[in-house]
Amino acid sequence: MKAKITITLKNGVLDPQGAAIESALAGLGFAGAEDVRQGKVIEMKLAETDEAAARAKAEDMCKKLLANPVMENYSIEILA
Amino acid sequence: MKTAVIVFPASNCDRDIAVALEQATGTKPAMVWHGDTDLPDADFYALPGGFSYGDYLRAGAMAAKSPIMQAVIDKAKAGAPVIGVCNGFQVLCETGLLPGALMRNAGLDFVCRTVTLKIENNQSIFTRGFEKGAYVNFPVAHHDGNYYADDETLDRLEGEGRVALRYVDNPNGSARDIAGLINDSGNVMGLMPHPERVISPLLGGTDGAAFFKGLIEAVS
Repeated sequence: MKAKITITLKNGVLDPQGAAIESALAGLGFAGAEDVRQGKVIEMKLAETDEAAARAKAEDMCKKLLANPVMENYSIEILA
Repeated sequence: MKTAVIVFPASNCDRDIAVALEQATGTKPAMVWHGDTDLPDADFYALPGGFSYGDYLRAGAMAAKSPIMQAVIDKAKAGAPVIGVCNGFQVLCETGLLPGALMRNAGLDFVCRTVTLKIENNQSIFTRGFEKGAYVNFPVAHHDGNYYADDETLDRLEGEGRVALRYVDNPNGSARDIAGLINDSGNVMGLMPHPERVISPLLGGTDGAAFFKGLIEAVS
């Protein structure tokens, strides 16, 4: 199975990279783009063939390494 | 007086802090590779600056999970004095030995210059060599030094006197101008500035020599 893990900054955590992107978009004439936030996506193949087992493994990875709960949230999609 | 420096792949201040510790103690520190699992017995442990694991994922994240770190965590929890400078501070936050996290500098630039710091608390083993309210000049060289913790944590840190060093002119957007923090039992410190880079007039300053002299006296 494949896992797609999306890591985003928690609400209220300052995101200077998002702010710089927002400002660059405004500079290109994209009016009305607000609250731009930058995160990261991590994709992987997992040996598990069962969706629940794959999700449990990805969840464990997020807790142990991939996300820092001090300032980040994560969400997991399991794809066939 | 035995000291030890942990060396990660892409540590780049490990030799600097080794020289600073040797100057303060008269004895060369043990250099311990991140892949080891046993720590030599020492009176003081240091996590150096650098860009361990290329700062991939998050600064300090992968170093915090390297084999040697479980031994460092165990030692720290048993009360051994541990300091983390720059990347070492990031690693300490990622292990949870210190609260909060170090994020991308608010101005997005890599900041590399000497900053003035105020000694906010001189009751710790790390800052006992200074007067409270004294100012010191240490260099900073980092891209991710913007300290973040939620307001409740920041209030608790301030209330417990655990903010040891504060920037006079904040270079990175760090919450409450925090440059250096101490853990709740007082034996673990993290700081973004580099005292090990100012240990001789030849290097442009001696405030770092006073810092290491004071802390080695305190833990001796």
